[in-house]
Amino acid sequence: MEGIDVLHQKIMEKLQQVKDPEIDSVSMIELGMLERIELTGNDVRIEVLPTFMGCPALEIIKKNILSAVKEIDEVGFVAVEFSYSVPWTSDRISEAGREKLKEFGIAPPPEYDAEGDGMWKVNCPYCASAYTTMENLFGPTACRSILYCKACKNPFEAMKPISTLM
Amino acid sequence: MKKKFCHGGSQKVKNIETAEQALQNPEYKKALVELLYQLADDDFFHAYRGAEWLGLAPHIEEDVAFSSINQDTMGHAAMYYGLLEELGEGKADDLAHARKSVDRRNAVLNELVNGSGTYLEEPRYDWAFTVVRHYFYDVYKKLKLESLKLSSYRPLAEAAVKINMEQYYHVMHWKVWFQQLSMSEGEGRNRMLDAIEKVWGEFADVLSYGPLSSEMSRHGLLMDEESFTEKWKVHMKQVFESIDLTFPGGCAMKSGSGRQGIHTDDLEQALDTLGEVYRLDTEAVW
Repeated sequence: MEGIDVLHQKIMEKLQQVKDPEIDSVSMIELGMLERIELTGNDVRIEVLPTFMGCPALEIIKKNILSAVKEIDEVGFVAVEFSYSVPWTSDRISEAGREKLKEFGIAPPPEYDAEGDGMWKVNCPYCASAYTTMENLFGPTACRSILYCKACKNPFEAMKPISTLM
Repeated sequence: MKKKFCHGGSQKVKNIETAEQALQNPEYKKALVELLYQLADDDFFHAYRGAEWLGLAPHIEEDVAFSSINQDTMGHAAMYYGLLEELGEGKADDLAHARKSVDRRNAVLNELVNGSGTYLEEPRYDWAFTVVRHYFYDVYKKLKLESLKLSSYRPLAEAAVKINMEQYYHVMHWKVWFQQLSMSEGEGRNRMLDAIEKVWGEFADVLSYGPLSSEMSRHGLLMDEESFTEKWKVHMKQVFESIDLTFPGGCAMKSGSGRQGIHTDDLEQALDTLGEVYRLDTEAVW
């Protein structure tokens, strides 16, 4: 059993190095994309949750996971599969992930308010001001929106809240 | 030796859990496949017509937003084609690009051109028609997804949960355009009224479940067609009231019944254009 726990740990360390290709400060683990690691002897099956369905980065992330895990000497066969059995939601992003998004200039996703009017409030990732406006709900990638901070006069992006309550 | 590391997840009780299980029941599979072709082809052509606005949208913010929406929607179509691939219908890419118009199950509304001209030559596209088509279809799609979330086919139910979360933003986007243009004065409102009439003239086809309608609901794939239409009507009444219009009642199917494989020349044109690169090398990896 100990061998397997060691291998699991090594895989986790490798996955921590697999970053979002467009936000290279945040790992796929911190984004909450890892659902399951299954070990059968030295064979590895990794279940990954896609964020947005049309996201072109998904295939790149898959390829990067494969090559990262294959770097571990004792690993045998590796399979990476996208799964929808659990939907990815923006609350899966870890605390560390949220901090790293801010470092990159992207506000982490606000909590989705099912009672609200659908519009959400988000603080500026640079100066933390709440005096911000939504410029475009849709941004340069499927998961992001474009906002503007009226306090520090910076445009910035925010990750869209995604919830099963929508 | 096997050890699993789980990070949560919920188990719902469903009738049919996997593609293998669905394949064991030929009647169930037949209805399921028909439904999936409708869903896949609808989103595919909806996204394709939307993508033809790239660089032509009324302003740059809209260009960004509309592209993002089309990218999402194409992703939804890919998901449905993927489910068909699992059921032995062939490769998802071939299903999307290589099927002829007579085999397509999308509603005619989604194949219609955006306006006169082509993308490369004199594209005089109709923004009012686009706004109404996209808003009405997306409202319909959101309601349909609510029903599909409860589908007896678990992979479809899971796909619906996923797609529905993205759909939320699409509806929100088109609602703003729809209400603002419809409540504008003069030409704006008139053009919107014309567009509403045009879209309404095709919408019965969108609502139709096609020839296997009763089988679909009998197998619990989604709620029955009549109840769904009623539910949709209640919702659309509010949409019409939001722009001070009386709900026009029943809609029509003027240009054909896409669910029966009856399509317009607009679909031929779309297939011809969108498959051009694919046909150059069908084995290419993108």
